[in-house]
Amino acid sequence: MANVLINVPRQAKRGEVIEIKTLVSHPMETGYRRDQLGREMPRDIVRRFVCTYNGTEVFRADLHPAISANPFIVFSTVATESGTLTFRWTGDNGFSMTESAAITVD
Amino acid sequence: MRRLCVALGAIALAVSAFAAEIPPSDRRSGYDFMSRETRAMQDDDTANPGMLSVLEGGTLWTRKAGGAGKACADCHGDARTSMKGVAARHPSFDAARGRPVNLEQRINACRVDRQGTPPLAYESRELLALSAYVARQSRGRPIEIAVDARTQPFLDAGRATFHRRQGQLNLSCSQCHDDQWGRSLAGNTIPQAHPTGYPIYRLEWQAVGSLQRRLRNCFVGLRAEAYEYGAPELVDLELFLMWRARGMTFEAPAVRP
Amino acid sequence: MDDRCSRRRFLGTAAGAAAGFGLASVIAVEPARATPSSMQDAIRKVAGAATLTAGRVKLELPPLSENGNAVPLAVRVESPMTEKDHVKAIHVFTEKNPQPDVVSCHLGPRAGRATVATRIRLADSQTVIAVAELSDGSFWSDRASVVVTLAACLEGGP
Ligand code: HEC
Ligand code: HEC
Repeated sequence: MANVLINVPRQAKRGEVIEIKTLVSHPMETGYRRDQLGREMPRDIVRRFVCTYNGTEVFRADLHPAISANPFIVFSTVATESGTLTFRWTGDNGFSMTESAAITVD
Repeated sequence: MRRLCVALGAIALAVSAFAAEIPPSDRRSGYDFMSRETRAMQDDDTANPGMLSVLEGGTLWTRKAGGAGKACADCHGDARTSMKGVAARHPSFDAARGRPVNLEQRINACRVDRQGTPPLAYESRELLALSAYVARQSRGRPIEIAVDARTQPFLDAGRATFHRRQGQLNLSCSQCHDDQWGRSLAGNTIPQAHPTGYPIYRLEWQAVGSLQRRLRNCFVGLRAEAYEYGAPELVDLELFLMWRARGMTFEAPAVRP
Repeated sequence: MDDRCSRRRFLGTAAGAAAGFGLASVIAVEPARATPSSMQDAIRKVAGAATLTAGRVKLELPPLSENGNAVPLAVRVESPMTEKDHVKAIHVFTEKNPQPDVVSCHLGPRAGRATVATRIRLADSQTVIAVAELSDGSFWSDRASVVVTLAACLEGGP
């Protein structure tokens, strides 16, 4: 089970630029480390993060092993209308995690 | 490298026979020695990765488990009130065991005796989550360790471990943390070793870990034998360190480098 | 003497036991580190033959980091973020990590502000470069150097 922490204002004025912070639990194993027995630890990372706003993509990030464990991503978007922001993380070994947040715009 | 040799040499030479206790007005949390960036990571709940563990602990708190089919919440209710200050007074004396137990052991005692489930392994994701969740409820509370005739011998044992020179480096914890705090050791500032924020998210681990994990790292640092998780010696050391930090503000889940 | 006093040996643990833990192992032993030239290649992959101009981009990194496992990074690009004139992408590259690519963020006018932040791993003290791709096809960049110190008491043993 992956845990997700998202910080989105519940309410915003139309046209206001809002900051969104996201944190997802994931080891981001680089693929460059070895375990105690000297065996290579296979890469296991989140490769992509996408945010959609009422179905339209507003932000996307492609991540590489240099992103810290438990990826923290901060970005912004313009509050256009009330609705739902959906966040999706996908990665190695079929990792997939979706979370959403409601926003009221007036 | 050279600087480190000099620094360690100075520490080894500065043998103080009477390592004095740090007076309350000079006590500093590890937080105070961290960079602005690392402090910001701890201060902002939405940036502090330790909060992911707290979040998971909150889910486990209400999950029914074991033969009794009871969740923590069924007996303890809202953790925000029932667990307030609890982590800040652990380790605490457990009459049944006749010795102090730390927070993880207390939680496991409830798992076994009250829920009828096997204990959770030390440093397992679930135990860290539950202890982070319980510890979070003490944030902002003063550390208060009750000392009486029953706990005194354990406190003394912990103090003795802290002051004993050990390992291949033949240094005591006290030589660094009572006598040399604030000095730089090859880029790291030596803190006072107050366990104000455990479990912590440690950047070096890239994960949440307990005070015992941190203490074991220090024994390894001294190139001394590290006690096993749950060893009475480690719990006594925890008790001493928490008592030594009495009155300081609890700040779990802290972030440390 | 220098060797015996290497702090990983001294405060850490036997080198062997340390493998698999901590920063030393994040730095790969096997794969060659990204050299400035492989970083240039990675930049060319996104910018093609376009000229990279210094300016408009502000890469914020602490000059000194206590631990290379999580170094806070922010990139701010000056842009009106309108349909006609906006930042399309922000890319970050490193010089000495095993791989030069760090992150590529795709945004547009709906971002309102061309600002992103994250936390990155730095295997060593090195230079980091941020590149912004604008809607008019121009590329802008900024660079910053970070000195990374290592933690003292490391994990050891089983
Ligand atoms: C069937 C009821 C029951 C359940 C279920 C239960 N506990 Fe307890 N718990 C108690 C009682 C009673 C005490 C106090 C007596 C004692 O010390 O054993 C206690 C004490 C504690 C304490 C110490 C409180 C203090 O003031 O020092 C903690 C921490 C704790 N429980 C955590 C948990 C957690 C976490 C869970 C779920 C994993 C849990 N408990 C499940 C009944 C329960
Ligand atoms: C050579 C000096 C030195 C000695 C000896 C030493 N430590 Fe430390 N200790 C440090 C440094 C430096 C740090 C902080 C840097 C880091 O985290 O790596 C630290 C950090 C700690 C912390 C974390 C404090 C916090 O804010 O969370 C604790 C607890 C601790 N030490 C306990 C001990 C104990 C117990 C011993 C003895 C077994 C010991 N140390 C021996 C140098 C030392």
